[in-house]
Amino acid sequence: MALKEVELLVNGERRQIAAEGDTPLLYALRNDLKYNGAKFGCGLAQCGACTVLIDGQPVRSCVTPIAGLAGRQITTLEGLGTREKPHPVQRAFIELQAAQCGYCSNGMIMATVALLAANPKPGDAEIRSALEGHLCRCGTHLRIIRAVRRAATLLAQEKQS
Amino acid sequence: MTMSLSRRDFLKAGAGLIVEFQLAPYAYSQTPQTGAPPARPIDAWLAIDAEGQVTVFCGKVELGTGIETAMAQLVAEELDVAFPSVHLVMGDTARSVNQGPTVGSKTLQQGGPQLRRAAAEARLTLLAMAAEKLAVAAEQLRVADGVVSAPNGSQVSYAQLVGGKRFARTVGDTARLKSPADFRIVGREQARVDIPGKVTGSHNYLHDFRLAGMLHGRVIRPNAIGAKLKAVDEASVNSLPGNVRVVVKGNFVGVVAEREEQAIAAAAALKIVWTPPASGLPAMSELEATMRRTSAETQQMTAAGDVDAALKSAARTLTASYRTPYQSHGSIGPSCAVAEVKDGRLTVWSATQGSWMLAGNLATLLGLPPAAVRVIWMEGSGCYGHNGADDVAADAALLSQALSRPVRVQWMRSDEHGWDPKGPAMIVDLRGGLAADQRIVAWDYQVITPTHSSRPAGGAGGNLLAGLLQGMAPRLAMTGGNRNAPTNYQIPNHRVTVHWLKESVLRASALRGLGAPQNTFANESFIDELAAAAGADPIAFRLKHLAGDSRAIDLLAKVREISGWTPRPSPSTSPRKVSGPVLRGRGVAFARYENEFASAAVVVEVAVDRKSGMISVPKVHVAHDCGLIVNPDGLKNQIEGNIIQTLSRALKEQVTFDRNGVTSVDWVSYPILRFSEIPEDINIALLNHPEDVMYGAGEATAVTVFAAVANALFDATGVRLRSVPFTAADVLRELAHRKA
Repeated sequence: MALKEVELLVNGERRQIAAEGDTPLLYALRNDLKYNGAKFGCGLAQCGACTVLIDGQPVRSCVTPIAGLAGRQITTLEGLGTREKPHPVQRAFIELQAAQCGYCSNGMIMATVALLAANPKPGDAEIRSALEGHLCRCGTHLRIIRAVRRAATLLAQEKQS
Repeated sequence: MTMSLSRRDFLKAGAGLIVEFQLAPYAYSQTPQTGAPPARPIDAWLAIDAEGQVTVFCGKVELGTGIETAMAQLVAEELDVAFPSVHLVMGDTARSVNQGPTVGSKTLQQGGPQLRRAAAEARLTLLAMAAEKLAVAAEQLRVADGVVSAPNGSQVSYAQLVGGKRFARTVGDTARLKSPADFRIVGREQARVDIPGKVTGSHNYLHDFRLAGMLHGRVIRPNAIGAKLKAVDEASVNSLPGNVRVVVKGNFVGVVAEREEQAIAAAAALKIVWTPPASGLPAMSELEATMRRTSAETQQMTAAGDVDAALKSAARTLTASYRTPYQSHGSIGPSCAVAEVKDGRLTVWSATQGSWMLAGNLATLLGLPPAAVRVIWMEGSGCYGHNGADDVAADAALLSQALSRPVRVQWMRSDEHGWDPKGPAMIVDLRGGLAADQRIVAWDYQVITPTHSSRPAGGAGGNLLAGLLQGMAPRLAMTGGNRNAPTNYQIPNHRVTVHWLKESVLRASALRGLGAPQNTFANESFIDELAAAAGADPIAFRLKHLAGDSRAIDLLAKVREISGWTPRPSPSTSPRKVSGPVLRGRGVAFARYENEFASAAVVVEVAVDRKSGMISVPKVHVAHDCGLIVNPDGLKNQIEGNIIQTLSRALKEQVTFDRNGVTSVDWVSYPILRFSEIPEDINIALLNHPEDVMYGAGEATAVTVFAAVANALFDATGVRLRSVPFTAADVLRELAHRKA
């Protein structure tokens, strides 16, 4: 059976992939486009490890079919920044050493980017609420909360300069 | 009660480890640890290239705890090179030294001294080479950042001396390790080397590893534990896309396809008929009764005095039983492996904790000679013990062997929650006696537990799930369930008895701390119960039974200080005077891991909603002693993780099962702590002991948490919960019971 060509707009680039329309975005990103930032955690939209941004909104890519994503702006962890030039949220996570195994980091960071875009100065309860649907098993939650606060500061500084 | 090993004996034994490592075989080869071993050359441990970059062939692996950074700190320190120039090759059976599996908080403790010594020997060798080159006595040379300098200003770098060449010298015991006073890297904050990659999507996770021509596999497990395969209808997946193939070996069933989502769809669509097992699992409500009547092997672990006579003559006696459930690892990423069988050789990329042990078991499973199996470790999702990492490697290897193609398998969430080996349920029965002077005079401890390890070992195919499903026998030793069954308290008449169950309701293996959190739950709850019976402050009561144990005393004093502890007996009388809806309390627990290693004293603050029974933990205080500290912030990260993960186990976690198998197969049926439930603060005091050896810190704090929470709940409410997890329903039931 021939697979259909689907065009996705990922991290600002148009990419063609050959896959069924019901293929979850997660597999297209990871296996076809080699964007490995988003991780498979549950396939049930329960843990958040696969989170990407679609038009700026956090979405669980493990349950999002690629059909219907034409023209939508998909942003992955790699689309934020790099090791050499990290995004302020990534920088904050590094500064505060807010990871252990790091498998959940993708979701935490993507959710933080979306949170801070909507609410540049979130309080503690708002941070916890924005991350409530993201699971971390190593127990780095307090570091993550501190990193979100730090990221808010870094983004504010970036805006000013 | 004291252990048979004194601290002094232990320190001697610790030194013995260093001697032993020189005698142990070095593991360029797949050879198991038998026969007369050759001494290890420095080249087995590390290499320096022409740019001065140092590669360390480390047998221990990064499980998410930060040991890659800490181990590199140790090597950079002893070798006198800049920290960023040290890189680790971890857990590759073809390249790394077999330092044993990465388990039991033994990485820095046992693996660290080995790396230090190898690095120190390498430095000594380099100094001798430099002395010759610069024509200056070695004693006059100084080293900084891999550059050797003579008093006359002449210099030579390590790269110039040995870059790309072999040391060709054996690690002996000539080199002296640095004195802690001279440390410039060890003991200082070091940002973890893995975090920048992890937060930018460039870290090399196993889960992101792909080979050319690789197929994607998924496994289909029996619909009941012990069910036998009756029929597989391959036609049910023939029309699916992706050139789906079905592989059947005994009761092992797998599918492969070209694309990952195709393999997932095929696994869901494959029609299989299973023959149910003759008898199912016991009902969950029968777990305790089942365990109590399961055949057991009894081990007298420690005994002193006359416990029965002391109980009889005690001024007051107490009895209590404590129960802990089956719990799961719950790694966020389900286990994954990539395997390639080619030309009669198997290569597996795996996040296993024990590459060498896994290689041996895979050899048996695939019918290959052990030397034909190479395991290359890559970092996976966080590992807190023996999860599905080894089992999935077996799945991938079998599928690759059947299809002669590289195969990647990642378990689905239900595979991991449903089939990873579980931390087993335990029961502890305790009897204790107080003398008239309110000291503990008798302590009778009985624990009922299956073994806490079914790790790959001894080449047994049945230590892998795919082997079990093919009828291969596992090789199990009774281990882990007795961990921290003895206490460190001084009690004149004591007895610790372990009843090792010959069967476990669910397949059991190592979960963080093995039996230590459960045994410490019993010990540290019971000592609290005795303290309450004696009308004593819980910390003061503990201190009374720790005379002479200065490290334990220091820890308890420190946690008392940082938590603002007011000495008084539990339960608190003040909260119930308050008419408000929230009951507040605090509880303490102390443990020394395996009675000998890292120690933690923890105070947990709880708030209990009187109406709903809801428990929250606003604050936790930890005083921690793991001997010499390598990376203080890395250590704090570990301690915080220990607390949060074990709070989750204490308040929420219980594997549920029916007659067929595990029913808690996702994050809804097996909930873990979420952001809204995390403490506001974890307040940590690190007690550094540079004069001591390094003890691993992966578990000591976790061990204390069940008891500290139970003790805090008792302090807040006056009710004693003796079964983990502690739920709102338990609180309400016990509060109502107490009122009645």
